[in-house]
Amino acid sequence: MDDARPLIEVENLRLSLPDLAGKPLIGPAPKLEILKGLSFAIPRGAVLGIVGGSGSGKSTLGRALIRLLEPSGGAIRFDGQDITHLPEADLRPLRRRMQMIFQDPLSSLNPRRRVGGIIGGPLRLHGFDAIDRRVDEALDHVGLPRSFRSRYPHELSGGQRQRVGIARAIALRPDFILADEIVSGLDVSSQAQVLNLLEGLVADLGLTLAFISHDLSVIRRLCRNVLVLHRGEIVEHAPTAQVFAAPRAAYTRELLDAIPLPDPDQPWG
Amino acid sequence: MLDGRGAIRRRAGARLWLSGGWLLLLVTVALFAPLVAPQDPLAQDLMSGRLPPFWSAQAEPGFWLGTDSLGRDVLSRVIWGARVALTVACIAGPLTALIGGALGLIAGFYRGWADRIISRLVDIWMAFPPVLFSILLIAVLGTGLTSIILAIVVIDWTRFARVVRAEAMNQGAMDYVAAAQVAGFSRLRTMTAEILPNVLPTLVALLSLEMGIAVIVEAILSFVNLSLSTDAPTWGGMIAEGRTSIHQAWWVLAFPLVALFLTVLSFSQFGEGLKDRFDPVLR
Repeated sequence: MDDARPLIEVENLRLSLPDLAGKPLIGPAPKLEILKGLSFAIPRGAVLGIVGGSGSGKSTLGRALIRLLEPSGGAIRFDGQDITHLPEADLRPLRRRMQMIFQDPLSSLNPRRRVGGIIGGPLRLHGFDAIDRRVDEALDHVGLPRSFRSRYPHELSGGQRQRVGIARAIALRPDFILADEIVSGLDVSSQAQVLNLLEGLVADLGLTLAFISHDLSVIRRLCRNVLVLHRGEIVEHAPTAQVFAAPRAAYTRELLDAIPLPDPDQPWG
Repeated sequence: MLDGRGAIRRRAGARLWLSGGWLLLLVTVALFAPLVAPQDPLAQDLMSGRLPPFWSAQAEPGFWLGTDSLGRDVLSRVIWGARVALTVACIAGPLTALIGGALGLIAGFYRGWADRIISRLVDIWMAFPPVLFSILLIAVLGTGLTSIILAIVVIDWTRFARVVRAEAMNQGAMDYVAAAQVAGFSRLRTMTAEILPNVLPTLVALLSLEMGIAVIVEAILSFVNLSLSTDAPTWGGMIAEGRTSIHQAWWVLAFPLVALFLTVLSFSQFGEGLKDRFDPVLR
């Protein structure tokens, strides 16, 4: 492994999806370009915040990064390997190394599977040994009691479910985790707990993390660097502190102004 | 961390017990028909024709529900008729569920050309009026139990295919399917191990309903004399015979009709009851 090389490199990434709303009666739907040529890199062990309003393409970008969507142009390299157009079968061995935490923890956990199976299933698939011990460890990591392995998702609270989602991702010991709006569905105190947890895990496990959010104040807590996305284009990519102190793009200033401050007269320091 | 959510019990539900009780009774008497039936269902006795049920003054002991115009015991014929009805229900129902469910699951999960082919097939199939279609099939296949079962499977698989397809599409849009892909599970494994368990409660409820429908279809075909031979005891056949002597002996028509009604109702209620009771997800 070459440590100097970024874990993820994105070059001129383009992605179009069919626009079903504009589909004519006969013929294929027109293509809508969601991502318009993005280039950036995520170094090993970095936490990159991806921020943008709704419709900015941030979730699409996330899903392209872990190849749930196939880009229509450009390139994505994961640990030096080009995964842009890799077929699903060839992606499978890489899947363990890139994991995702979903926005809606209820929808992302199979309602008819117990927590133990949800965390243990992927471990079994990728040929891990001592599944039970690893599931216990993952539950310990996210601060859930081990007895939860026999619970169904609907028996848990929102914050607990999101912890299960995090446990599922980290149990595989991935190199890269994509967190897509993982706190936006939670109440404020659960949000704080999940963010604290993620902060601790990033430090302990040395994770490389892409953290998608529409909320800059959440990004500020967690991410060293931030990438601001607007209408499928990068308008700003800089260290978080710099973005908060001196935003260069007009759109970033709009986002910053949208954050409710404890004291409106006090600027960000 | 303690919370009571796991401890909430749903009430068992009278409908599960009532419908389950009737079906259990029916299965038991059908299995042990030779022991349970008081008379030979085929034995005719023209001297004791049209005997009324047991509560009437003219009733004769041993013929609890009276006799038909040929002097055959109605109770025994209802019991033996249950055998035919349940045989059809228990073979045709699961077979229909298997074929229709599998096609619906594939269409709803894989989408694309598989979905287009299966959905068009369903559309074409549903354009046929089912009763006429079944009569046509029996005419081609010949009468007999196997033909009835085959006809039900051939006609009713679309019922499962449509419902399961819609349900599989709903489930396919859930994030846990994307999560399975992120984990690296194959499409086939995702369909069978993630989607199928979530479609199963619907499938079971539908299967139970379908078994009731199979009983009705068998009765319709017997009624129009397209199932077993004329003297074989079937509920539909008994209703057809009872119809001709309704003014002299209403019980020949009434008892098989009641048995048919209760059985079909029980099958549909049993499915719903099972779904309520055993679905681990509170709805």
